[in-house]
Amino acid sequence: MTNDFTIVVLAKQVPDTHDVGKDAMNPDGTVNRAALPTVFNPEDLNALEMALKVRDRMEGAKVFVLTMGPFRAADIVRESLYRGADDGAVLTDRAFAGSDTLATSYALSCAINKIPNVKLVFGGRQAIDGDTAQVGPQVAEKLGFQQVTYAETLVDVNEKCIQIARRLDTGVEVVESPLPTLVTVSGTADECRFRIAPRLLKYSKAIIPSEAKDKEAAEKMFAERPYLKLTEWTAADVNPDFNRLGLVGSPTKVKNINNVVLMKKETVNVAPNQAAVDDMMRSLIGIAW
Amino acid sequence: MIYCELDDKGQVADVSLELCTKGREIANKLGVKLEAAVLGSNLAGVEKQIMPYGVDTVMVADDARLAPYCTLPHFAVLAGLIQDEQPDIVLFGATHVGRDLGPHVASYLRCGLTADCTSLEIGDHQDPKTGTNYENILYQIRPAFGGNIIATIVCPTARPQMATVRRGVMKREVLDANYQGQRLDIDAKKYLKDSDCCVKILQKEIVEKTVDLGGASIILSGGYGMGSKEGFDMLFDFARQIGAEVGATRAAVDAGWAAPERQIGQTGTTVRPKLYIACGISGAIQHRAGMDQSAKIISINTDPEAPINAIADYTIIGDVMEVLPMLAAGYKNIR
Repeated sequence: MTNDFTIVVLAKQVPDTHDVGKDAMNPDGTVNRAALPTVFNPEDLNALEMALKVRDRMEGAKVFVLTMGPFRAADIVRESLYRGADDGAVLTDRAFAGSDTLATSYALSCAINKIPNVKLVFGGRQAIDGDTAQVGPQVAEKLGFQQVTYAETLVDVNEKCIQIARRLDTGVEVVESPLPTLVTVSGTADECRFRIAPRLLKYSKAIIPSEAKDKEAAEKMFAERPYLKLTEWTAADVNPDFNRLGLVGSPTKVKNINNVVLMKKETVNVAPNQAAVDDMMRSLIGIAW
Repeated sequence: MIYCELDDKGQVADVSLELCTKGREIANKLGVKLEAAVLGSNLAGVEKQIMPYGVDTVMVADDARLAPYCTLPHFAVLAGLIQDEQPDIVLFGATHVGRDLGPHVASYLRCGLTADCTSLEIGDHQDPKTGTNYENILYQIRPAFGGNIIATIVCPTARPQMATVRRGVMKREVLDANYQGQRLDIDAKKYLKDSDCCVKILQKEIVEKTVDLGGASIILSGGYGMGSKEGFDMLFDFARQIGAEVGATRAAVDAGWAAPERQIGQTGTTVRPKLYIACGISGAIQHRAGMDQSAKIISINTDPEAPINAIADYTIIGDVMEVLPMLAAGYKNIR
């Protein structure tokens, strides 16, 4: 029985860039966020699954999901509770706006430091809106944890160490890392288990206080059913150095954003018949053949 | 400074040498020296692989604890080297190693890091709020937001400026086979503690690559317009006939028609073959970002308005299934 073994899952709510339609971009080249639905970052679901697998093997361990974003990011905590997470929190504050990966990892590490007995942190390899894969390793550095990236399979875990199979472009390697360790999980890892019906019923009305439209009704609901009150942390709640948050704490700045301009080439239209194709192939002699 | 990555046989990775070529160009513009850092074990003569690309100083940390690659040992040595050498710019390949190590180092040094740059330039930047002018800083240019926009990122104040770049994005060019650089041996013990070395690699299964998009001179690539798995499978047959490797778009990979290692684009492999044949590919920017540097591009598509046609040298408006046999026959006819 291990009562002092907390597994944190870092998860992000992202715009669904997968099916970006023509209306996803405003004419001025900015992103039309309203036109994009939000989703649970796919690889963070793989990370949640691996965390739940660890918990299944470690009696008494708890899975805590941490997300940073606007109030509606509470969706991430709810979805995780439906799928079996034990607890969670939304880190939300205007002070975080404009954070690059360095400032984001700092804020997350401050929040993780607030959670007792963290032995493992899991996160998706990367988020689909930035594809940087930087926040995980940066959180590991800030916490002083060991780091295992590109995890595919949980091989073994005990109170001292974890064994993970990593999928690399050169093959697969199994590493053993002493705890505490941060693990980033690839999309090739096991998919997340489904929602559990009784948990869905239990938590579907759970909110963070800032989401409540009617504060009084929410207070009443929280008093009657405390488990429906999800944890909400502001920046001040996690004791940060405010100079390291948000835009101020971000060394990288966006100089400009351009719509993608097609470099128009001189294009030869080739008729779809054998003679024309032969001519084209001849003109490629010395280039391709 | 270029972080040079080594493979299991002690060969410097292609992407590292590509970065040396780019680094030489940037160093010339800035009037500074180009350094490379190589961390590993048994590194006799490794500088000979690197100097011809115009590297002035190859810093070599040769220590048994640095091979095979593990995060913290390489982090400890590289972060220490950067603090001692104070380079303006540090570049990494956007490989499994570079993307594991780069952010850990950047976090420690509290400097910026831009992932997967497709272009690096030197220029000036004026802070829009303070009006302060920053001269000769690194423009880190990358597609963002699923490839729908191209963002130029700068780090006005924090140093070093750090970026990762994918293999195949930059050109690799030997500057001078006899380029006179120097090898500088670094004592890894100065930076490395035994407590950094507690992750153990228990088992390593090296899989020979079956797909080599980076090395292919002709790529026959299919998109969602191939219609079905069966349709996509036909590409393999034609690829064999014309000596090509098969590539795929994200849509084709997501549909389960092609293996992920065949994906070309911002989230896949970047290629610059001599000939790129795009079959049923509309040409989303996320795909074009991975292939628009191909020497010649043929687009076969039923849609004359497909964005890929704008960057193609030849467009054939028609059904892929009818045109591909002509291509195969044409290949035989010209030989």
